[in-house]
Amino acid sequence: MLYAILCYDSEDVVGSWTKEEDDAVLAKLHVVHEKIAAEGRLGPVVRLLPTTAATTIRKGADPLVLDGPFAETKEQLLGFYVVECASLDQAIETAKDLARASSSAGSYELRPLSIFDPGGLKG
Amino acid sequence: MTDLAWIDAALIGARPQALGALLRYFRDLDTAEEAYQNACLRALKSWPEKGPPRDPAAWLILVGRNAALDHTRRLKREEALPDETLVSDLSDAEADMAERLDGAHYRDDVLRLMFVCCHPELPVTQQIALALRIVSGLSVRQIARAFLVGESAMEQRITRAKARIAASGLPFEAPGAADRAERLGVVAAMIYLVFNEGYSAVGTEAAARAPLCEEAIRLARLLLRLFPAEPEVLGLTALLLLQHARAAARIDANGEFVLLEDQDRSRWNPRLIAEGLALVDKALRHRRPGPYQIQAAIAALHARARQAADTDWLEIEVLYALLETVQPSPVVTLNRSVAVSKTRGPDAALAMIEPLAVQLSGYFYYHGARGAYLLQLGRLGEARIAFDRAIALAHSPREAAHIRQHLDRLEQDSVAGG
Repeated sequence: MLYAILCYDSEDVVGSWTKEEDDAVLAKLHVVHEKIAAEGRLGPVVRLLPTTAATTIRKGADPLVLDGPFAETKEQLLGFYVVECASLDQAIETAKDLARASSSAGSYELRPLSIFDPGGLKG
Repeated sequence: MTDLAWIDAALIGARPQALGALLRYFRDLDTAEEAYQNACLRALKSWPEKGPPRDPAAWLILVGRNAALDHTRRLKREEALPDETLVSDLSDAEADMAERLDGAHYRDDVLRLMFVCCHPELPVTQQIALALRIVSGLSVRQIARAFLVGESAMEQRITRAKARIAASGLPFEAPGAADRAERLGVVAAMIYLVFNEGYSAVGTEAAARAPLCEEAIRLARLLLRLFPAEPEVLGLTALLLLQHARAAARIDANGEFVLLEDQDRSRWNPRLIAEGLALVDKALRHRRPGPYQIQAAIAALHARARQAADTDWLEIEVLYALLETVQPSPVVTLNRSVAVSKTRGPDAALAMIEPLAVQLSGYFYYHGARGAYLLQLGRLGEARIAFDRAIALAHSPREAAHIRQHLDRLEQDSVAGG
């Protein structure tokens, strides 16, 4: 089954990392990515721009366009993965691998996918 | 990342909100800072053992406030302090309560914290130093290094600035809409100054001052999260991102400025550009143009050009013309003339800046640009005089060297022609 691993973290904290700290985190995560990819399980990997770049459209007869993210929360959705996992246990193990590599205080939310169209976009 | 590095990042991230709230409680900058420092010390003790709290800012506010109150009580009655673990053992429920108390004030707290640094009686350099110390939490040593002064001199400067602020009283009443808009403008200008301190540095200074650019961007993002729909805050943040995106390309190996048209664009930072362009789009949608947005839109046009020859100078000229009406200044007109020289030729550009001769007679770039237009028009004698004047006004050997290149080319041309 395909799982989305949604990465929530405090933007204030992640945003105060120096470039060196950020590079170090990315390098450690990259090792985990390669491991999942070698097992043929790694789908799209996405890091989102800060929530200040977000725009929210409230649906309705006349949709409302609002600046900012959908919800004001202590932790923000900062990125996500799509990973093939044989079971919830494997999905949890994968998320734990990622957690050990990033080791900030945020959370991963595991969401099994219902529909997945990989599309034709190249990264 | 190690535990300590994470805690450090969490403390830096939570600082503006926590210190802003403590300042509201204690109405005194020194007391608030002391309470915040106290809370940080306790965090360093408690978080590695118990794990970080869910909301670091709320934790710091509550612990900082309690610690300061204990301190006052102790001074009054010389009572024993409560057990350290009691305060460090805050449950999430208590933190939630603190958050509810403070969430509503969050915006004004952080804005006030930034605003007190912008006191009009403080010279600009003191405003910047104070903001870096109080809002960003940089150490005096870090700030001194960025300003290329000794640590004790910077310490004095900051102490004096704080005394001045304390003497004139802090604005604690909740601001009305007009006050808030005014504060926002003042704070935005301060952030832009912080950025320029880093951006205008060259040579050996550049490395020491580069962190100021990043700090300014962090402050701008912070302000934007507080006011996500303010077009000028969007514009300011975009402007800083787009300018900083060129950092690696705009100074060469010898520490010299590289002109925009000569920069290696493959060294521009695509992530910062993507973010900057996204913010420009968001800002323009509001159709309330202002100086930061217009400058950001101009920077965006440069960022979008894969090579210098692709630059949309027509659109840039339109934007400079708009900037001239919103924020008239001879320097803006001078910048507009550069776009005009590309679209309508050096004749039109020269005609545009001739009326500025008196106002900008002491301005290096005026004579540099004028010399370049005259050179393009083949008026070599006049070009030489303009370049000579520019060299005399140059602030640095680098600026002079750049103009001298023009002059050297002039000499060669005249030798070849003669």
